[in-house]
Amino acid sequence: MPDSPDSQTVLEVRDVVKTFPGVRALDNVCFELRKGEVHALVGENGAGKSTLMHVLGGVLSPEAGEIFLDGRPFGPANPHAAADEGVCVVFQELSLSPNLSVAENIFAHRQPVRWKWPDLIDRRLLHERTGAILERFELQMDPATPVRNLPVALRQVVEILKAISQEPRILILDEPTSSLTAVETGLLFENIRQLKAQGTSVIYISHHLPEIFEIANRVTVMRDGRNVATCDVTDVTEDEIVRKRGGGEVSDRYGRRETPVGSEGFRSEGGRRGEAFDDVSFSVGRGEIVGMAGLAGSGRTELARAIFGAEPLDAGRLYVDEKPVTVRSPGQAIANRIGYLTEERKAQGLFMRMSVRQNCVAPVLGSFANRWGLMNEKAITALAARSRAEFGIVTPSVNQEVGNLSGGNQQKVLLAMWIDAGPLLLIADEPTRGVDVGAKSEIYRRLRALAADGVGILLISSELPEVLGLGDRILVMRAGRIAGRFEADQATEEKLIACATGIGAGSNPT
Amino acid sequence: MVDKLRDNAALRRIVALADHREFMILYIIVLGIIGLTYAKPEFLSKPSLAAVMLSLTAQSIIAIGMTILLVSGTFDLSVGSTFALAGTVTAIWLRSGMPAPMAIGFGLAIGILIGLVNGLIITELRINAFITTLGMMGLVRGLMMVVSGGRNISELPASFNAFGQGELIPGVQNPIVISIVLIVVSDFLLRRSRFFRQSYYIGGNEAAAILSGINVKRVKVFNFALVGFLAALAGIIITARFGSASTTAGKGLELKVISAAIIGGASLKGGAGTILGSLLGAVLMSIIISSITLLGIDPNWVDFVIGAALLLAVMADATGRKAREAPG
Ligand SMILES: Nc1ncnc2c1ncn2[C@@H]1O[C@H](COP(=O)(O)OP(=O)(O)OP(=O)(O)O)[C@@H](O)[C@H]1O
Ligand SMILES: [Mg+2]
Repeated sequence: MPDSPDSQTVLEVRDVVKTFPGVRALDNVCFELRKGEVHALVGENGAGKSTLMHVLGGVLSPEAGEIFLDGRPFGPANPHAAADEGVCVVFQELSLSPNLSVAENIFAHRQPVRWKWPDLIDRRLLHERTGAILERFELQMDPATPVRNLPVALRQVVEILKAISQEPRILILDEPTSSLTAVETGLLFENIRQLKAQGTSVIYISHHLPEIFEIANRVTVMRDGRNVATCDVTDVTEDEIVRKRGGGEVSDRYGRRETPVGSEGFRSEGGRRGEAFDDVSFSVGRGEIVGMAGLAGSGRTELARAIFGAEPLDAGRLYVDEKPVTVRSPGQAIANRIGYLTEERKAQGLFMRMSVRQNCVAPVLGSFANRWGLMNEKAITALAARSRAEFGIVTPSVNQEVGNLSGGNQQKVLLAMWIDAGPLLLIADEPTRGVDVGAKSEIYRRLRALAADGVGILLISSELPEVLGLGDRILVMRAGRIAGRFEADQATEEKLIACATGIGAGSNPT
Repeated sequence: MVDKLRDNAALRRIVALADHREFMILYIIVLGIIGLTYAKPEFLSKPSLAAVMLSLTAQSIIAIGMTILLVSGTFDLSVGSTFALAGTVTAIWLRSGMPAPMAIGFGLAIGILIGLVNGLIITELRINAFITTLGMMGLVRGLMMVVSGGRNISELPASFNAFGQGELIPGVQNPIVISIVLIVVSDFLLRRSRFFRQSYYIGGNEAAAILSGINVKRVKVFNFALVGFLAALAGIIITARFGSASTTAGKGLELKVISAAIIGGASLKGGAGTILGSLLGAVLMSIIISSITLLGIDPNWVDFVIGAALLLAVMADATGRKAREAPG
């Protein structure tokens, strides 16, 4: 069990209220953080966790209530002011500048300078310090690498390092592990323990309850913008937390196959693309779920994007229903009934400034046009309303901008959008990222139902239990190649990790 | 052997340099100068060069501010009008007997004020930069016409004219000296200063910049004030240079400056561009124009060629980016 922290209060939130049109995101929430503790915050999608963190981080200002930092009133006007007071946030949405280097992102506007004015940046020192900080995650990349060249997991690490490098007194992590693999999560926990030992307090948001028992001292459960319970992690069980937060049951989360796998629905033969992946051959049967595991940067997303026509294949052939198909653009992929649920919902998946209903129909606009090319708005609204109910999307209206939904609800919109598109092969890239436990089970149920309807699913996920629980077969990618193929009943987490890292047991081609 | 060469940092730098937009343009400019000199040796004569450089001063001074704005993802269409208004009011004040330093100071203050208003409207009221500065462009030029009564204002005091016609460095006219100094300093600052670097973040991803703790509004307002200041400075320098404030001064200047910056690697999407690049873009445009006159080509071709150059530059950039982004 984690060592017990001093019980001195550093941060206190009293009766804070924040409303958005149609939503009371924070409803008299109270919260207390002690010095040197890791305080987990859990709750369903839309419970108001991120909103509270935005308030603490100076992004939003509350309408009522008080906040005290070390007993003094605290109301940062912007993230800068919050950071000056030692409160640093790793936001749920990535906040990096893709064109700038890793070093410049980590030290955004805090780059070491030589003089006060002109405030010239000391490049050497900047890169030196970045190197030292990257060490914390055992990374040896060039600090000058542009962030856009990094896979999502490493971007997330850069984001975390950006906050840690400011040596905060209060570090807020909003779902930091949602795009990390097990290795990086381990390193993150290592870092959190070090910070804790130095007296830093950490607020840790996650939907992953086992993580909370591993790292946190106390846990607060939020529901509908309120604090429904705060207790020591030693005093609760996972089930109790789940009950308090409301939402679905967790028994038999992954469900079970109910229909047999049909004929071959999709096949890739010898797919190759640059240095991203090579010699990738596999098939997905109608109604089959094929799990795909692998480390960050193993080429899974590149493969998915190439199959979907978002990037060209250099070699290889694709077959749908055993007939060769040409896929040179996402449009062609959709026409061949291939769907792709991207892992980067914000940058590539959703139209953040458009409404939920407009997002829902984006991939299938054509089917909502009448013969004069005019959109059938009624049918769109009906579809959106149905998706909202089916997927439990929490939003005051389907006309709400997707950007205003909570992270998990955005993910549900993305899923609804692609399931409504009626694919034969659905490539789901991290489909449950940032989704709460109840909604996760719901997504699993949807994927199962989709498979039962004869859709083949390629499930890319860094969460091994998910891959093991849903996959009929499991492929493991390592350095751009399929390093192992497992039947679900023969696979274990250890075998998959060994195969993905290439350490230990080795591959097990079947 | 090859490995050794590859390890050589200096060599790597040179190779990396060749990859830069600035280098490409410089290369084209050098080729152009060689070609022109070959065809018309008088091109390299001192008066002809001085004329080219002088014609560039206003553009290049304003390009400094415009580049920084473009980097931060926005732009200002009102600079041409500010340029004219600052020259005109300074001239009017001088004619009324105000001492030159004071008149110049007030003229500059007007430029800053216009920039501040632009910046505040855009950041506080969140009105789009195109509309705001388009409105300001008309408003300011109208104001200039009203205060000048639609007439050019000349017969300015000699002490003021000396500012634009003197030669602090013997043989080089002051406007050229001033613009070169400003460009060198600002290019360096935009590359290396922490304050100015913030604009790259803002242009790269504004939402992310806010979450990163950058005071986006303040930086943007500052950038608008800076471009207003520089436009006014250019207007005053040119007025002094010609000893007269013209009512048609600066017409179309804003688009010339933006085109030059884009040829030089800036992007309307923000996050990219350097002052050196914009300057080279402006030099390239002015070489194209002088070659058309020098070679006796019908001057009606000027707009066509400049437009074509702009399109070529952005097309080259788009294909280059595609090629760069292709591998994972
Ligand atoms: N800018 C906004 N405009 C309108 N509504 C918003 C805005 N931001 C958040 N909301 C709403 O406030 C509620 C709380 O959202 P919040 O992002 O805090 O949830 P969360 O607990 O972080 O959920 P998740 O686990 O999905 O990230 C949601 O109903 C969301 O739709
Ligand atoms: Mg959230």
